[in-house]
Amino acid sequence: MTARTPLLRGWQLALVLLALALALTFGLRMIGNDYAWYTGYVILQFVVLAIAWNILGGYVGYVNFGTAAFFAAGSYTTIFLHKTWGLDLVLCVLLAGLVAGLLGLAMGWLTLRLRGVYFSIASLSLAVVLQTLVVNWHYVGGSSGYYVLRPKLWGPFGNFSEFLFLLMLALAILAIAVSAGIERSRLGMGFSAIRDDERAAEAAGVPTLRLKLIATTLSGALMGMAGAPLPYYSSYINPEAAFGLIYTINAMAMPLIGGMHSWLGPVIGALLLGSLQQFATVTISSSANMLIIGGMLVAFVVLAPRGILGMLRRNKGGKQ
Amino acid sequence: MTRPILSARGLGKRFGGFTALDGIDIDVAPGERLGLIGPNGSGKSTFVNCLAGEFPRHGGTVSFLGQPLDGLKPHARAWRGLSRTFQLPRPFGSLSVAQNVAVPLRFAPVRPDDVAARVQDCLTRVGMADKADAMPANLTQVDLRKLELARALAPAPQLLIADEVMAGLSHSEVDQILDLLLELNAGGTAIIMIEHVMRAVTAFSQRLAVFVAGRKVAEGEPQAVLATPEVEAAYLGT
Repeated sequence: MTARTPLLRGWQLALVLLALALALTFGLRMIGNDYAWYTGYVILQFVVLAIAWNILGGYVGYVNFGTAAFFAAGSYTTIFLHKTWGLDLVLCVLLAGLVAGLLGLAMGWLTLRLRGVYFSIASLSLAVVLQTLVVNWHYVGGSSGYYVLRPKLWGPFGNFSEFLFLLMLALAILAIAVSAGIERSRLGMGFSAIRDDERAAEAAGVPTLRLKLIATTLSGALMGMAGAPLPYYSSYINPEAAFGLIYTINAMAMPLIGGMHSWLGPVIGALLLGSLQQFATVTISSSANMLIIGGMLVAFVVLAPRGILGMLRRNKGGKQ
Repeated sequence: MTRPILSARGLGKRFGGFTALDGIDIDVAPGERLGLIGPNGSGKSTFVNCLAGEFPRHGGTVSFLGQPLDGLKPHARAWRGLSRTFQLPRPFGSLSVAQNVAVPLRFAPVRPDDVAARVQDCLTRVGMADKADAMPANLTQVDLRKLELARALAPAPQLLIADEVMAGLSHSEVDQILDLLLELNAGGTAIIMIEHVMRAVTAFSQRLAVFVAGRKVAEGEPQAVLATPEVEAAYLGT
């Protein structure tokens, strides 16, 4: 969110996203491999998480270490709703967004008077507190975890994996739409003002606390929605998996690598880092993922501290 | 004095055991130019921050346009027509000059269709219309001061608090800002000028108030105030 005008108008962006979504779906159908749907799902999940993190971290400048808390809140909302009422997954995703959004609002209300590293520490503590609660909440499986049996077929979709992929694709498009909408609205201008100088923003008439609460709510809601299908994706979930450090680290690293001042940055970062991680998972081991993140972060901090988009703009002679 | 737009009565502020403001009484009339001077640490900036809502006050009352400002956050005071600048320019670095000026307008009760014209008008008034697309990092010090003023004036405030807007500027730059403030005041905006540049503050002010150690020690016509023994002793060091 800088002085630049968006490259595409709203309807043009919608058309491009739709075309890409259709091409991706048909491409994966042609591959006809279940693992391709899984891979696509995981990468898109990180697209949603990275965009969600960037709303608060990139646009407003508040570094959130509590991504896993919101993500897991979405996962456990699904488990609770599945076990209690047997609700459909799509409905669970929407309600997970509501629950995680409210969690974001509450966290914001309690912590947004803190700034800088103090806010980050408070957000990290949210994940710790929430994980402790879930570990001791036996109704949703406690520390033992919880199994979800996936249906083999799902409506018009070839299999449940395809459905999960398309669901996450829809969430990714929603996240992009929300993020691009913010950038084009006065909300985006207010977020930029807060990030640049919160005191001056408040003096200029920007209701900073209200805007920050909107950011934590939107960010939390999207993270929760991204986490909602996880129990169906993995069929089994426990607190260790749902609150995994990988979600928090990836959600931060992807915007940093792609560029934080536009929705495109987190998307680029998620596609790049997510693809590399999936490649490493298949060819080496999933334990190499953290090594990849660390290596890329070091490389980008040294070579392109404003991420890929910042590097491209600098090379084009644009102002940062 | 006509009915004041700003009225502070018995305004007090403490930081722990230190009293920064002690029972300040000040009125500002509509369209008035009030100069506020005092040595470093006399409480001028604390006074500004209390008026702007950044610091909670400890005692006294402040009313603006006949309404108390109790409990209003800085952004709500800005919406009511009380604008301020900062001692050091605080531009929004990732936004262009025009976008900097647009920020207060996008959050004020201004029709979105009117924002662009209002921004253009503000930039023209401060002489920066040709720099609308520039980024703050590329501006000179005097242009940063002008941008700070343009942003403060964008929502057409009733009262502008100009906090040391001439600090660090050259002689000719001081004159530029002084002319600009006089022009803005001619449009009806009351201005409180907090300043150390004495020739500017005496040329600008219709009335002068002097703070020393958190208390107002003198107030009145500038030359008369500067000649009082308390001001000479405390502020001018003679």
